[in-house]
Amino acid sequence: MPTHSFTLNGKAVTVDCDDDLRLLWVLRDLLGVHGPKYGCGLDVCKACTSHVDGEAFNPCSVPVKDVEGREITTIEGLPATVGKALHPMQQAWLDRDVPQCGYCQPGQIMAAVAKVQEVRAAGGDITALDDAAFDEIRNICRCGTYQRIREATIAGAQGM
Amino acid sequence: MTIQEAVHPDPEPRAGIGRRRFLGYVLAAPVLTVAARWTLDTPAARAATPTGGVPSGPQLSDTVDLNDLLTDATLPTANLITVVVNTDGTASFALPRAESGQGITTSSAMLIAEELDLPLDKIIMTLADARPELVFNQFTAGSNTTISTYTPIRVAAALARQRLLEAAAVELGDEVTNLRTSLGSVISSTGRSVSYGALAAQAASATVQAQAVTLKDPSDFTVIGTPQNRIDALAAVTGQKQYAMDLDVAGALPTMVCRAPTLNGTVQAVRNSAQVKGMPGITDVAVIPTGVAVRGATFGQVIDAVRALDVSWGPGNVDGESDGTVLAALQAAELPMAVPKVPALATTLDARFTFYWRSNSALEPQTAVADVRAGSAEVWSAMQSPILTQQTVATALGLPVSAVTAHVVQAGGAFGRRMFSNVVVEAAQISKAVGKPVKLMWDRTAEFRYGRVHPMCTSRVRATVLGGNVLSFEQRHTSVATDYTQGFGEILSSTAGKLPEGDFLGYSQTVFETTTNVPYNVGVVSQLLNEIFQYDTFHSGSVRNLYNPEVVTAVELMVDQIARVVGKDPYALRRSLVKDPRAGAVLDAVAKAGAWGRSMPANTAQGIAIHTEYKGATACLVELDNTPATVRRTIRDAVTGPRVTKVVFAIDAGLPINPRGLEAQMMGGVNSAIGQVLTESLHLQDGHFLEGSWDNYFYTRQWNAPPDLQVIVMPPTTGEPGGAGEFGVAAAKAAVACAYARATGSLPTSFPVNHDGPLAFTPYPTVPSMPQSPTDGLDHAY
Repeated sequence: MPTHSFTLNGKAVTVDCDDDLRLLWVLRDLLGVHGPKYGCGLDVCKACTSHVDGEAFNPCSVPVKDVEGREITTIEGLPATVGKALHPMQQAWLDRDVPQCGYCQPGQIMAAVAKVQEVRAAGGDITALDDAAFDEIRNICRCGTYQRIREATIAGAQGM
Repeated sequence: MTIQEAVHPDPEPRAGIGRRRFLGYVLAAPVLTVAARWTLDTPAARAATPTGGVPSGPQLSDTVDLNDLLTDATLPTANLITVVVNTDGTASFALPRAESGQGITTSSAMLIAEELDLPLDKIIMTLADARPELVFNQFTAGSNTTISTYTPIRVAAALARQRLLEAAAVELGDEVTNLRTSLGSVISSTGRSVSYGALAAQAASATVQAQAVTLKDPSDFTVIGTPQNRIDALAAVTGQKQYAMDLDVAGALPTMVCRAPTLNGTVQAVRNSAQVKGMPGITDVAVIPTGVAVRGATFGQVIDAVRALDVSWGPGNVDGESDGTVLAALQAAELPMAVPKVPALATTLDARFTFYWRSNSALEPQTAVADVRAGSAEVWSAMQSPILTQQTVATALGLPVSAVTAHVVQAGGAFGRRMFSNVVVEAAQISKAVGKPVKLMWDRTAEFRYGRVHPMCTSRVRATVLGGNVLSFEQRHTSVATDYTQGFGEILSSTAGKLPEGDFLGYSQTVFETTTNVPYNVGVVSQLLNEIFQYDTFHSGSVRNLYNPEVVTAVELMVDQIARVVGKDPYALRRSLVKDPRAGAVLDAVAKAGAWGRSMPANTAQGIAIHTEYKGATACLVELDNTPATVRRTIRDAVTGPRVTKVVFAIDAGLPINPRGLEAQMMGGVNSAIGQVLTESLHLQDGHFLEGSWDNYFYTRQWNAPPDLQVIVMPPTTGEPGGAGEFGVAAAKAAVACAYARATGSLPTSFPVNHDGPLAFTPYPTVPSMPQSPTDGLDHAY
């Protein structure tokens, strides 16, 4: 059985599994990290959104061999990236009472953080994220919390 | 302690107990444990107050609605609601309902916080296991939770506070009347205080005692009616909230099911069972009535194995059916209109609307953990009707009900889907077949293709108008049969006999007649339902509201047609015809806040509609943009089209418990409604649904969500809470449809409006039943 090593939420991990096993199942079924959710396994619903080297991606559609040596962050590891108990985006989510069933929310928060970082890196105004920016956040919320997600993303950006 | 001890032999309210005075029970327990039952409350007739137009007589739903039936069903057993005060100063409550995002754990905790005078964060809410003795009182549907639990939960909490005061009087050497409570402590007139935790044992009782208690005067409320954040929000935003798929039950390995290419197709043979069982990580392959189950170390390996199965499938039960054949059958089954053709002077307006299938997939796929042993079974899942599920699992396994333990897990959305026990029964069947625990998860494609659907239906509406008055308003709703046998059926079959005009054809008729109405004075009103197929021909069920998303949309589109014919403004006409003053008030609220009638650019329009149900009233005003630039927006793998740019939604919920939660529920309903009108449906072709992922089934996404949404929560009107979870859909759906008609200048007759156009996606194959996960995820990183 091949061995795969990467960094997960700041810690080095090594797993024995096939090269093609999608990272979502490595995280959930082998490592017991349950923040990233299965919603389709097709890179469509984005419920498993996590970060690879700081960028948003969907581990349901990435074979484990493709993240060899890279740095993976799930919702569980997000606060540590800013050295706090909660990331400003999580706090903004709490302040605006965004979650309903909560199932998509880890992915929504990870997507929002990456989108804000991307806009900021491109020199954009993060306090006025526009329709075009939100159109690129494909994460589904079946409870329909989209308007609060928008408000919280803009508020969270101000704290980042 | 057993719960049955709580049952008092003579639980009828005693004479002299006033409107806020109820009996509760102190149970025999080491720490203070109180229980409460309901006081029988007959449904108040809602009088029609004509404000204009030709008065319409009361409809059945005006005098008794579905929520009265659901509430009545809980009366004999509501005494089993218990609150426990713990020695650490917290209070515990196991809610006999399913939390799936609608916020009932938070609103129920608020009721306890109010009467117990304990901070919200000291209240520990869990979901109760299936408890057969609760009979009807463990069923989550029809937006009924708060309507039916509002009084009993408060009675239990108030009695707990009263017992704590009595215990503190002894402890502090003072009279109860000199004591007050504050945030989890009892305080004497001299300022000495003792915490609830320190009193928990002393306030307990060694025997069951009935005790009268007076609830707070609503004018003294400090928690009820105030905006509160969800009690589980922190768990949700940190990824710690647990759903069934996150449970760590020893040995419960990932399991999925390979399914037939058409609905209800059967397994004839599995040609390579041994080979698949030998694939990496795979432990078991087993045939169950609904397909071929595979169990393995990881879901990724299970998907690979399911795709490798070589199965010979038998035909399904609807292989000859497609959208077109079903539509023809619906039209053929439409009941005749009752009012004869009127004289030439009257204008007859006649329209038939078609509403296609809707999936009730939640984002969390159906998941169940099952551990079936010899002589017993334990299951974990999100269940809206756990008692029935427990019974169904017991039957499927050939076990007595008492040998099955059913744990209710929080749901990642429900929308009606989790009333049905299919996934739990399948998990139990598989666990029994392989002799090991399983964690069964439906794959996304199965959710769309084999999961429950809100049935395809038509709604024909005919109105006659003479001299500016509406003389008659008829609606013939024809639907593929809805499966109400789970929960609803059990309740209705036992309570339908209470209806003043009983003798209905079946569950569906009862649901239809107790939930639908025409909220206007439009002369002679007649609304009838007919169904085609059997309740279990398709995997049917209701999605977030029963008939009204379709019924109200058809009614309101016709009201706009009437306005056009009589030359009146759509808002002004509605205002002159509306029956219920509360509906008139929400209508006025959205018209004012949304600046109804303001000048709109070409190809854009406003729409307005109302909906009365759930002991409340809602109204919605939307603005829709159908300009070419908006309609032609391109977003990868998306349907864009017309966009709702602004929504103002008002709700009179009688007594809003948590306005922030109520606002959230309306927001969700609005976003659902937009998809239902513009983008979201299933296509039936030769016995199977074509959609297989969220990029086929176009539920509202950020690019369709209105950037401007305002929810108005009306101040308390009735003093009694109404429903919330499903209440946001119907008025919004109707308003969006009306705005679309006005923006395009033509009446839409088929919903969603894009359904009959070219497919906006390439369907996945039906064999194998699960598509493979992509491998190019890193290419889309940002």
